[in-house]
Amino acid sequence: MTHYSIFSLVKGALCGPGAWSPAWREPEPKAEYDVVIVGAGGHGLATAYYLAKEHGITNVAVLEKGYLGGGNTGRNTTIVRSNYLLDGNAHLYEWSMKLWENLSHDLNYNVMFSQRGVLNLAHSDAQMDAFRRRGNSMRLNGIDAELLDREGVRAMVPHLNFEDARFPIYGGLLQPRGGTARHDAVAWGFARAADSRGIDIIQNCEVTGIRREGNRVTGVETSRGFIGAKKIGIAVAGNSSRLAAMAGLRLPMESHLLQAFVSEALKPVIDTVVTYGAHHFYVSQSDKGSLVFGGDLDGYNSYAQRGNLPVVEDVITAGLSLFPNLSRVKLLRHWGGVMDMSMDGSPIIGKLPVEGLYLNGGWCYGGFKATPGSGWVFAHTIANDQPHPINEPLSLERFETGAVLDEKGAGPVPGHH
Amino acid sequence: MRLPCPWCGDRDLNEFGYGGDATLQRPADDAPMKEWVDYVFFRDNPRGSHREHWQHIQGCRAWIVVERDTLTHEITGSWPANEMVVAAPAKSEVTP
Repeated sequence: MTHYSIFSLVKGALCGPGAWSPAWREPEPKAEYDVVIVGAGGHGLATAYYLAKEHGITNVAVLEKGYLGGGNTGRNTTIVRSNYLLDGNAHLYEWSMKLWENLSHDLNYNVMFSQRGVLNLAHSDAQMDAFRRRGNSMRLNGIDAELLDREGVRAMVPHLNFEDARFPIYGGLLQPRGGTARHDAVAWGFARAADSRGIDIIQNCEVTGIRREGNRVTGVETSRGFIGAKKIGIAVAGNSSRLAAMAGLRLPMESHLLQAFVSEALKPVIDTVVTYGAHHFYVSQSDKGSLVFGGDLDGYNSYAQRGNLPVVEDVITAGLSLFPNLSRVKLLRHWGGVMDMSMDGSPIIGKLPVEGLYLNGGWCYGGFKATPGSGWVFAHTIANDQPHPINEPLSLERFETGAVLDEKGAGPVPGHH
Repeated sequence: MRLPCPWCGDRDLNEFGYGGDATLQRPADDAPMKEWVDYVFFRDNPRGSHREHWQHIQGCRAWIVVERDTLTHEITGSWPANEMVVAAPAKSEVTP
């Protein structure tokens, strides 16, 4: 594999496209692997990469039913943050944040990680109190957090509606180390780095069944034949229930639709990530100039990957009430993705009650920011057949023991994140 | 998407609130904890035909059961929710 550097860039510029080789191979599947990861999105590829890098396990295949990064990795709004209240979540996302901070160097691939800050707006005294509590909890966990008053918010994002907003801005909770990353580059960077360590990435290979002997997995049935596996890691958020059903299991989640939107390209207008606290809306501006934004779930079980119009109207209404100056901006496109909405709003990373079967899912809307950390702890879980202390609280068993990670304290409803 | 309310006919999605999987059976009060965990947290979550509760909040306010394909959003049936009620299970003999 070519090492990417200023020299390879100059050589590529001078010698034309022939100087560049494909970033990963397209191997035929082998008869058997030590580990098969289902799903070549960010999480699956990161898992394979860390299996090779941290644990020396390279006889690994990553199977993808479509094309690499074509699921939620390519459909999210690219926000990276670790501003969580509860320890179980905070430790995972903060570990992920630390990996993000060196990810481009680690992968030798520019994931365009930009720590432009994530600003959550508060619109009442009660919300300010809640943010103060969350900010303190974050700081106790070693995560950066700053509580801004109204003038502090105005200094950062002056063109928010401070005049006649239905829900006036009281202040905000800022995580300066939060920001965005280029989502496709994350998938491509992990794929290239995993491939260079000998991992087989097999696209257009849909898993149709999980074969077992007694209570132990022996491999997967796929659209390209049977592939033997000593261990199987599921990283197919959105479709986790379907994969689990192949092993005769049910999961505490529903699959829901989430839409995302991108506007025409504008000159620089929002240089951070802003989230609306009174409605549900989050926005940032991509390096191309487009506003990337999203809001609520469509709100009903769906695997359709396309949403309905009421939510389009709802999200845009919320956005314009916050940024009236964007009312003439044209929408370029919008799309839908399928989310695993877990029953407590937190992910599930751990062992399943079948020997050799592991689950990484239940990401609700929050999977992208966790990509490196989730892959790292999932690789540890698969390699050692037991969870890392970071993902111990994220086990499937928590729903039976009662130790759920309910960030919103709102009960068993599959709509949190 | 439009939903067929058995009382009001085809109405816009905006008028409805979602109530989730309509096939769940509430266990008896003294059922084993495992059954309660399954009922509260675990779902079949099928890709395909799904019977689900909706409430016609902005219309007749009735709860209804709709059968809808979760992949295509095709609707294949709708009933007043009270017609779909299954008798509650008898008290379990097992001690929780």
